[in-house]
Amino acid sequence: MSQTRREMLLDPLVDNNPITLQVLGICSALAVTSSLKVALVMTIAVTLVTAFSSMFISVLRNQIPSSIRIIVQMVIIASLVILVDQVLKAYAFEISKTLSVFVGLIITNCIVMGRAEAFAMKNPPVASFIDGIGNGLGYGLILMLVGFVRELFGSGSLFGVTILETVNNGGWYVPNGMLLLPPSAFFIIGLLIWAFRTWKPDQVEEREHKIQVVEAH
Amino acid sequence: MSEQTKKGALQRFLEASPDSTGKTLFVAMTLCLCASMIVSAAAVALRPTQEANKLKDKQINILQVAGLYEPGVNVTEAFNASFEPRILELATGRFNDDFDVASFDDRASADDPATSIALEDDPASIGRQSKYMTVYLLKDDAGEIDKVILPLHGYGLWSTLYGFIAVEENANDIFGLQFYSHAETPGLGAEVDNPRWKALWNGKRLTDEAGELQITVAKTAPAAGKEFHVDALSGATLTSVGVDNLVRFWMGETGYAPFLANLKAGDI
Repeated sequence: MSQTRREMLLDPLVDNNPITLQVLGICSALAVTSSLKVALVMTIAVTLVTAFSSMFISVLRNQIPSSIRIIVQMVIIASLVILVDQVLKAYAFEISKTLSVFVGLIITNCIVMGRAEAFAMKNPPVASFIDGIGNGLGYGLILMLVGFVRELFGSGSLFGVTILETVNNGGWYVPNGMLLLPPSAFFIIGLLIWAFRTWKPDQVEEREHKIQVVEAH
Repeated sequence: MSEQTKKGALQRFLEASPDSTGKTLFVAMTLCLCASMIVSAAAVALRPTQEANKLKDKQINILQVAGLYEPGVNVTEAFNASFEPRILELATGRFNDDFDVASFDDRASADDPATSIALEDDPASIGRQSKYMTVYLLKDDAGEIDKVILPLHGYGLWSTLYGFIAVEENANDIFGLQFYSHAETPGLGAEVDNPRWKALWNGKRLTDEAGELQITVAKTAPAAGKEFHVDALSGATLTSVGVDNLVRFWMGETGYAPFLANLKAGDI
């Protein structure tokens, strides 16, 4: 095994982060980061789904016919997502109300499919499980960072606890409405990618094109 | 050959190439069967808890709109102690006891052609309106009606808003308005949940002296006067318009107006 378990767990946090390096799972990162509480529940849900789907797919990997492997992966992932959704509705009703449709959309999260196809199909179950946890946490780390900025400056609170008293509630802080809308997450993720790549320059991709300077005659 | 038979059917099967047609079909069928069983088992097993949650959420909202909710109370007990649910026939404004109150579902009723009408004039954009609605009567110690809690819903910007309005026993003064389910933009349209905005509804009036429906959600107060005006949400024009439409629709002739008229006359 080329990677130790520890590396499998910690690599996706910074060195091989699914959002900032692989730029996967952006869609849901835009949608669920307007408050930290929702982002946290989404993190837990995605981590569990990635870990268990990778594990189950890895258990079955030698039996999965290659012609229908993507569909088999989808069936396993979708079943787990429905389970998570049902459990949330039963035991965390308030949160499932705010997450609404996004739990169902974990099915389409590229990170889950990506790990299943790239890692779980070739590695044993325990390693796949740890890899799933690691990638879920890597995704979650970015979600929490983006959620922190968006909730603090968009609603003046963190985890629903008021930090900056907003004008609507009789305070002084005029919240930045744009931060509550999904496009703001693009800017924050973009800045995060920039920050990560400045910190670890080896993450910068090689240029595919170079703008040629044509000499004037 | 003899070694082959010794291995047993299962082992031979597991060792067979996964890409053979037979095995592909077998894997697909088995997986779908297992997955569907797990999913349906979870759905069935968790349904009672989910239904209980939904009911509790609705009861909390009814208690809140009537100003009776305090965190930590036993919701079901407080609800049952205060409220009497009844089925109301909208067109006549009379209670109807043909249905079982506990099992009657307003939303299912709105989808059933037998118990609903397709709206032609539909400002609240709800499509079909149930002929019967579950309303909640809040009675005081003497058994007289103190407030009525009426359910209402309509389209905002992105979603249908479901809520309750609490009206005083004089059938004209609003005690409160609250939405329990919507998907409006957080921070803008979702400010319908802001306690400061909800508080604006308290003390407003539905109709003027002549019995005309005047209540409105708007940027500026209407000519009729401030007691009929709830300030619109800034930055959420379309949600405000939606709330205005749905409140005016449900309080109007196709909504609860016949019932409110009966209530005003003390004849229910």
